[in-house]
Amino acid sequence: MASTDTPRGLARAFVPGRPVLVAYVMAGYPDREGSLAALEALARGGAGVIELGVPYADPVADGPVIAEAGKVALANGFGLAESIALAAEFLAAHADAPPVALMTYLNPMMRLGFERVAALAAGAGVSGFIIPDLPPDSPFADRWLAASESLGLDTVFLAAPTSTPQRLAALGARSRGFVYVVSSLGVTGERAEVAADLAALVARVREHTQLPIAVGFGVGTPEQAAAVARIADGVVVGSAIVRRQTDAEALEVFVCELVSAVKSSA
Amino acid sequence: MSEALLPSADEAYSSPDAQGFFGPYGGTFVPETVMPVLSELDAAYREALTDPAFAEELRVLLADYVGRPSPLYRADRLAEATGLGAVYLKREDLNHTGAHKINNTLGQCLLAKRMGKGRVIAETGAGQHGVATATTAALMGLECAVFMGTEDIRRQSLNVYKMRLLGAQVVPVAEGSGTLADAVTAALRHWVERVEDTFYVIGSVVGPHPYPAMVRDFQAIIGEETIAQIATKAIPRVDAIVACVGGGSNAAGMFYPFLRVVPAEKRPLLVGAEAAGLGLDTDKHGAALTKGSPGVLHGFYSYLLQDESGNPLEAYSISAGLDYPGVGPEHSFLKDEGLVRYEAVTDQEAVDAFALLTRTEGIIPAIESSHALALLPRLAAELGPDAVVIVNVSGRGDKDMDIVREAGLGVD
Repeated sequence: MASTDTPRGLARAFVPGRPVLVAYVMAGYPDREGSLAALEALARGGAGVIELGVPYADPVADGPVIAEAGKVALANGFGLAESIALAAEFLAAHADAPPVALMTYLNPMMRLGFERVAALAAGAGVSGFIIPDLPPDSPFADRWLAASESLGLDTVFLAAPTSTPQRLAALGARSRGFVYVVSSLGVTGERAEVAADLAALVARVREHTQLPIAVGFGVGTPEQAAAVARIADGVVVGSAIVRRQTDAEALEVFVCELVSAVKSSA
Repeated sequence: MSEALLPSADEAYSSPDAQGFFGPYGGTFVPETVMPVLSELDAAYREALTDPAFAEELRVLLADYVGRPSPLYRADRLAEATGLGAVYLKREDLNHTGAHKINNTLGQCLLAKRMGKGRVIAETGAGQHGVATATTAALMGLECAVFMGTEDIRRQSLNVYKMRLLGAQVVPVAEGSGTLADAVTAALRHWVERVEDTFYVIGSVVGPHPYPAMVRDFQAIIGEETIAQIATKAIPRVDAIVACVGGGSNAAGMFYPFLRVVPAEKRPLLVGAEAAGLGLDTDKHGAALTKGSPGVLHGFYSYLLQDESGNPLEAYSISAGLDYPGVGPEHSFLKDEGLVRYEAVTDQEAVDAFALLTRTEGIIPAIESSHALALLPRLAAELGPDAVVIVNVSGRGDKDMDIVREAGLGVD
């Protein structure tokens, strides 16, 4: 268990003018030890925030790479409780680790119970949650925030190219830590090019929040990461990292490349 | 659509609320990309409901293209064989394309056109909704892609061929068990990429708001006609009405008007039949209401077959239209409120009922609808030999020849 009673907020990872890498790995993939080694590689490689993905059988927002990794992790017996335990072990052993956010779908949280999830996560030293199928204006969001905010857990809501100004205002107001901007339509996964109108999208989101903005979906190379870092405070890389998650050494090298690309853009 | 579908203040039964909740069930739990599109759809649907031109266009299509009203047929030999006073069959199997599904696809595709979308997608299990969507797309000049699990493609090859003939692209989905739930997920994912030019025609009373209410409203013509036909035929008393439940659209369409306009004390017993597959004591069934627990899948909160970690389980049924791990949120609400009773029917009971209707009435029902027919002997035991029961025969069984042959229904 981590030594802190109050989890450290996600916002501390962000300093104006110094964009960071937000790095995603899948818990339990390729196995428990492998995902622990991947977490350590992310920390050593200089990731600013770690997103720990929770495997789920119906990952409607995820592309093939993350979906396949999730399937392997599920077969390894991994779910939300096991993912939180993994985070606890990692954070207890690495006092200087970057803040960890769990990326999980809603139903595993409902199955375990919001109060129990919040207590376990806070106890593990987890900083926050990203829940792609929990809209900020739903009654379940009310219940989750009531259970989690008092324990110091941040919840990051997602903004999309289709979001209306009213929705951006609502998700900006309810987000804590940062706002996650989905760069393009579709599911997670690498794309040939970063969306052309991304700068305008980020600017629209900034009109509705003072929080740092991290951009994800479709960022897979150091060049793309650098391009995104010029307009956002955080660059989320998922599928490209998960593809290398079976080899912690290669993963660390890749993360170092991403981090220096992100830093050099500032 | 008739005037009676317009919301009115004095309704006894008025679910869902503005956010799409039937009691605690339903709602909208989808990625943000789709949220604004669902709001647009909800607004467009509400607007269409108040437009007499929309209602008239749909009415004409339902009458002249689908062949509505579908008959309410008195099946005397079936009644005798099952020990009931009378059995009436609501013949949705006689609709163009052979099932109730087209009532909904016509409504949604008209809405797609109204919203300026030139392309529609759909998921399908048994292939009936896929065929209905492909048919409607051909009729209205819309581009169409249908997502279908590879196992269902195997089980329903005739419908796959029909969809292609009609000009639709059939997209095979190999993920998971290659059945209906996987097809829904694939369609949802595709929709997230193509929301701007694509309308998702959901085939049952499932999915995020406004789909469960909208699909029910388009299917409500089944129950409305039945109420009118009971009066026209001067049927003095109806004791029970049964319909099969996978996602639950034909059942919702049949039950909703009875819930809305018939006072509780005069209302027949409403019974939904879900798939017990190889038995409720096995893990091979699709009985979400009987054996599931509340959870979120495909954007809505409802009873769900799920594991300890909240992962949806693979459902099973001999019927490709009923092997879905979830169920429409309104059915969860109706179950909890005690307004509808839900029972589970095994593969074998459904096959027996299929054979019985075929041999007593010369009507070959869909294997889905056969689950509803299988409740007749149970209702006879419960309600007595004078009881009058209406069965919604949601589709015809042409597509199921291979399945019943495999199940051992031989010709001696």
